[in-house]
Amino acid sequence: MSAENVELVCPAGTPAALKAAVDAGADCVYVGFRDETNARNFPGLNFSRPELADGIAYAHERGAKVLVAINTFPRAGKPEIWHQAVDDAAKLKADAVILADVGLCDYAHRTHPELRLHLSVQASASSAEAIRFYHQAFGIQRAVLPRVLTVPEIASLCANVPIEMEVFVFGGLCVMAEGRCSLSSYITGLSPNMNGVCSPASHVRYVEKGDKVVSQLGDFTINTFGSGEPAGYPTLCKGRFEADGKLSYLFEEPTSLNTLSILPDLIAAGVKAFKIEGRQRGRAYVGSVVKAFRQTVDAIRRGETPPEIDLDNITEGNRQTSGAYERSWR
Amino acid sequence: MSKLSIGPVLFNWKPEVWRDFYFRIADEAPVDSVHLGEVVCSKRLPFFEKYIPEVAERLAAAGKEVVLSSLALVMTERERDGIRSLAEAAGDFLIEANDYSAAAALAGKPHVIGPLVNVYNEGTLGYVTRNGAIRVCLPPELSAATIAVLAAEKQAEIEVMAFGRLPLAISARCYHARSRNLHKDGCQYVCADDPDGMEVDTMDGKPFLAVNGTQTMSYHYLSLLSELKALADKGVGRFRLSPHSCDMVAVARLYRDLLDGKIEASEAALQLGDINPDAEFSNGYIHGQAGHLNLLGESLAGE
Repeated sequence: MSAENVELVCPAGTPAALKAAVDAGADCVYVGFRDETNARNFPGLNFSRPELADGIAYAHERGAKVLVAINTFPRAGKPEIWHQAVDDAAKLKADAVILADVGLCDYAHRTHPELRLHLSVQASASSAEAIRFYHQAFGIQRAVLPRVLTVPEIASLCANVPIEMEVFVFGGLCVMAEGRCSLSSYITGLSPNMNGVCSPASHVRYVEKGDKVVSQLGDFTINTFGSGEPAGYPTLCKGRFEADGKLSYLFEEPTSLNTLSILPDLIAAGVKAFKIEGRQRGRAYVGSVVKAFRQTVDAIRRGETPPEIDLDNITEGNRQTSGAYERSWR
Repeated sequence: MSKLSIGPVLFNWKPEVWRDFYFRIADEAPVDSVHLGEVVCSKRLPFFEKYIPEVAERLAAAGKEVVLSSLALVMTERERDGIRSLAEAAGDFLIEANDYSAAAALAGKPHVIGPLVNVYNEGTLGYVTRNGAIRVCLPPELSAATIAVLAAEKQAEIEVMAFGRLPLAISARCYHARSRNLHKDGCQYVCADDPDGMEVDTMDGKPFLAVNGTQTMSYHYLSLLSELKALADKGVGRFRLSPHSCDMVAVARLYRDLLDGKIEASEAALQLGDINPDAEFSNGYIHGQAGHLNLLGESLAGE
């Protein structure tokens, strides 16, 4: 893949963020409807049908695409709102829908043969065979890879599948294979797969205990912070726990994915599209991250050394990782 | 009449312990099908692989259906080869697919879909059935109401997990290794130290989760004793007992006796506690609630 053809796929949880992403140079913006059909089903977020129509018009006038994530798993006996989401995305001329559920892929493929289908990271297709399955069965044209593969593994995948690959390059980082994690529902009853939420705010409490602040999710302590220390959000896989007699960030530190430094390697690996996480983020965040990646991709495209861009101040806990892209992460 | 299955051993047991566990299941456990294979970490398979043929033979001779379970997270060349050779064995054994690369390799052949494949609704159930699945073990986070909808579809047979720590997540990272400041590549197979998983507590000492290498599991052991009959009545064809180091033959007898109406659920729950005195049990998911909740004794009536 040459840098000429790569795409930046940018998040928008609101119409304002969509405009910010397009204005900052997004090639594609991904959005969701305001319901449980997508994996960022947070209060105050996402798009009504008229807002999506306006957003698509704004993006298309400026040469950008709009992708609609319908990437939770439809509830048994009640698939209608998921089917309606696919139907409406097609009717509003979205450039693609991003799906995770096999049954919904089947529905979209049969009902809207002209609609472009992307495979969501939530489908967790981690091998060439899995990706070829979705392509052959449903005509999937692009797969978003789960955050489990190293750069050489991604390069091998790209060489062995007939469709485009998309990877996450920035933002929140799942440490489990996406779409295959029920930790949130085990603790709170609500999961990404079924409800479009992980470690939901409705179950979060910050409790003062002496001079400490304890962050809790449901009935469980996720972390404890000293006075003056900022209390991070209790995403349950990024808390401190005790195992084998030791207290540690057993699963992952509070940290964000940042791949600016390895973007040339990912482009050389053959990746077509680079995805920025963060539909729950505001337009200022979206604007600055998109701008940073736009400048970096454009510099690579021109054969120049990419500028050093510091995104420290907007990453979780001010810590960054290249995650599973480096083998030592495992 | 609902059947019972023994799931694949999800932990890193010593190869001879693994073999002898299955020998005893073959000889003594009143179960209909038994799963073999490495689902969690491909690095473990070479140790016990050599025993698979004799274990399979002993199980088959005892009249039990042998099911070979595939790896959940397939990434490397070697793991992809493993899926291919497993699919080639499909003539001799029933294979359980635990990801879509395996399901694709088994297309058109009778196979089982495992609980680590996301079958949440009738659309997906219908698709995998048309693809050749004769049985689908549903993901553990589904409620009885959802299970009833899927069982009523009369597609592939519905299997539900009914005993043992729940597989909640799978990762490329090994948390067992990480807990010892090691990486997966040089893990020293420390997961073998915990035959039922490594317990994970919160900072204030409350039991939280369990780690099994790259897999994260529930701290609680699932027990559906109180719900078993109602689920069977809703059309669940098979209940899966996930192996632990406790007396699994006794666990299987208990579930069988309960299904056969030879024992009351309340008495069975007491006996299960005796079989596994260190375990705490939960069943929240089946009631549509947080999975860790312990709602033992609550029936599914009206759900």
